[in-house]
Amino acid sequence: MLPVGGTQIPEGRGILDDNAPLVKVENLKMYFPIYRGILSRRVGEVKAVDGLSFDIMEGETLGLVGESGCGKSTVGRALLHLYDLTNGAIEVNGHDISTLEGEELRELRPEMQMIFQDTQASLNPRMTVGSIIAEPLDEHTKLSKTDKRAKVGELMDAVGLARHFADRYPHEFSGGQRQRIGIARALALNPKFIVCDEPIAALDVSIQAQVVNLLEDLQEQLGLTYLFISHDLSMIRHLATRVAVMYLGKIVELSPRDALYEAPLHPYTEALLSAVPRPDTAQAATRNRIILKGDVPSPSNPPKGCNFCTRCPKVQDICRSLEPVWRDFGDGRFAACHLID
Amino acid sequence: MTDTTLEGKGRTLWGDVWDQYKTHKGALVGTAVFLFILFAVFLGPYIYKVDPQYLNIRVKNQGPSMAHLLGTDQLGRDMLAQVLHGGRVSMAVGVIAMAISLLVGTMVGLLAGYFKKLDGPLMRLTDLFLALPLLPLLLVIIMLFRDTLRGMFGPETGIFILIVSIIGATSWMHTARIVRGDVLAQKEREFVLAAKSIGTPDRRVILRHILPNVLSPIMVSATLGVANAIITESALSFLGLGFPSDFPTWGRLLFDGANYMTLTPARVVWPGLAISLTVLSVNFIGDGLRDALDPRIRGR
Repeated sequence: MLPVGGTQIPEGRGILDDNAPLVKVENLKMYFPIYRGILSRRVGEVKAVDGLSFDIMEGETLGLVGESGCGKSTVGRALLHLYDLTNGAIEVNGHDISTLEGEELRELRPEMQMIFQDTQASLNPRMTVGSIIAEPLDEHTKLSKTDKRAKVGELMDAVGLARHFADRYPHEFSGGQRQRIGIARALALNPKFIVCDEPIAALDVSIQAQVVNLLEDLQEQLGLTYLFISHDLSMIRHLATRVAVMYLGKIVELSPRDALYEAPLHPYTEALLSAVPRPDTAQAATRNRIILKGDVPSPSNPPKGCNFCTRCPKVQDICRSLEPVWRDFGDGRFAACHLID
Repeated sequence: MTDTTLEGKGRTLWGDVWDQYKTHKGALVGTAVFLFILFAVFLGPYIYKVDPQYLNIRVKNQGPSMAHLLGTDQLGRDMLAQVLHGGRVSMAVGVIAMAISLLVGTMVGLLAGYFKKLDGPLMRLTDLFLALPLLPLLLVIIMLFRDTLRGMFGPETGIFILIVSIIGATSWMHTARIVRGDVLAQKEREFVLAAKSIGTPDRRVILRHILPNVLSPIMVSATLGVANAIITESALSFLGLGFPSDFPTWGRLLFDGANYMTLTPARVVWPGLAISLTVLSVNFIGDGLRDALDPRIRGR
């Protein structure tokens, strides 16, 4: 369906190796300071991401889910070192990028790319599609003008855009087509790892399917590794190999997809899954819907003990005083909760 | 959906800009008027060969006649010749001073908006310039440097350089503030983040992504800047700090004529009209350019 043109698959990249983590994250913390008053004193911090550790295997798709404001996008951006990290180590393809700066970091940029949520905002309205897709090539390669144009053509073929669109401007396209432009830009440098920051959230359902299928096809052809950030649990179920569930800046559960959807460990995951709409009305009527009460606490002032203790339906005394530790439950399942045996 | 044979015929940016510019009627009229004025003041004196300095006291304060198409002033100098000659200086001052203030203002605005560390110092500098009492400052500067510059470049070029740089150096602040505000908004947009994730260095992020997107306010302040510079030059000449009194500029003619307004109103009307037309046509040109440079408006 989608011609790949001349986009070459580097040797060995198509083979999945389940044992080699491509991305290693260790105790990632991202705090944003809050300044108040006349003297702009630092009065506190928003703990957007508070101590995450996870690995992403080569060739897999790690789904990252959670409700709005839980820090999903911050994780994605921090992973590419677009923010100055508060703490933590990030290793991508064997390079520790959390301490790199300037030119050294720039040289590693081709390895990791990003696809954005807002297709309108992520493309410069004053640049043609051709020059948007060529920007990574301008920055990292020394191709001649004709080579560059040929490469842009190949990339446009690969994402299913007609080549003569190269001279048009982003506002002339639909949301789905704009997302394809964004994907083509991300692919330009043959990256290994792509952070997909809610790439389908702003699209129509029919277009969502197209874009998701495109992402899957590209993964198969180019051996890409995705961190797929979304709040759409059905889409994650379709795409991801493993799923991480975030709540208030922390991962509460990380499990292989099927296990997580079959038998969630953490009460929050359980509540999230019970909220997924079912197409079958009979099934929907009988399901046991868990409705969480109250709001997410402020990340600048998280509750004592477990972050979820203010809303957890199964809350115990211990949850309000002691922070649960991140435990291994076997079969690649991890969770942080006092109540799981 | 994919089409491998159809390669775009290579639209060029400036081709597109010109196509859009052509559809803006105001801009076309503005361009025509501006070119006409430019032609008149730079080539006119070679066709209408009357010396603007020639005194003929017997024909003072006359209305328009065949001998003097726009009449004469209180010393019998020909008004048309004066307006044509005066236009050269006024136009040159307007355009060059605008260019200087635009360059400084845009640079300060971009740097202050993009680099958080520079924001404080640069904006306080801008505030400092805004708070300076301009007139006393101009007096001091002109007193200090007029004679040196005159000695170096001759009386007219010297004073021209002085006036252009003074006007440029004291009128960039508003541009800087507007540009900074817009940069602050633009740099938070996702395409800037996308460029950073690609690894585009700051220098090129500014030139490739930020500057083109803040072009509209720059264009507007450019067109207003021309008008401002012409009028400031008039004010300086009026105070006797600008060009020598026998050297006509539009502002000088206007202020000289103001005393004789009841006797010969035409003396105020013509230079005034020239200034207004220039400013208006530049405004329309700026308007058309701004629209033509925005791809979202282009093609509508």
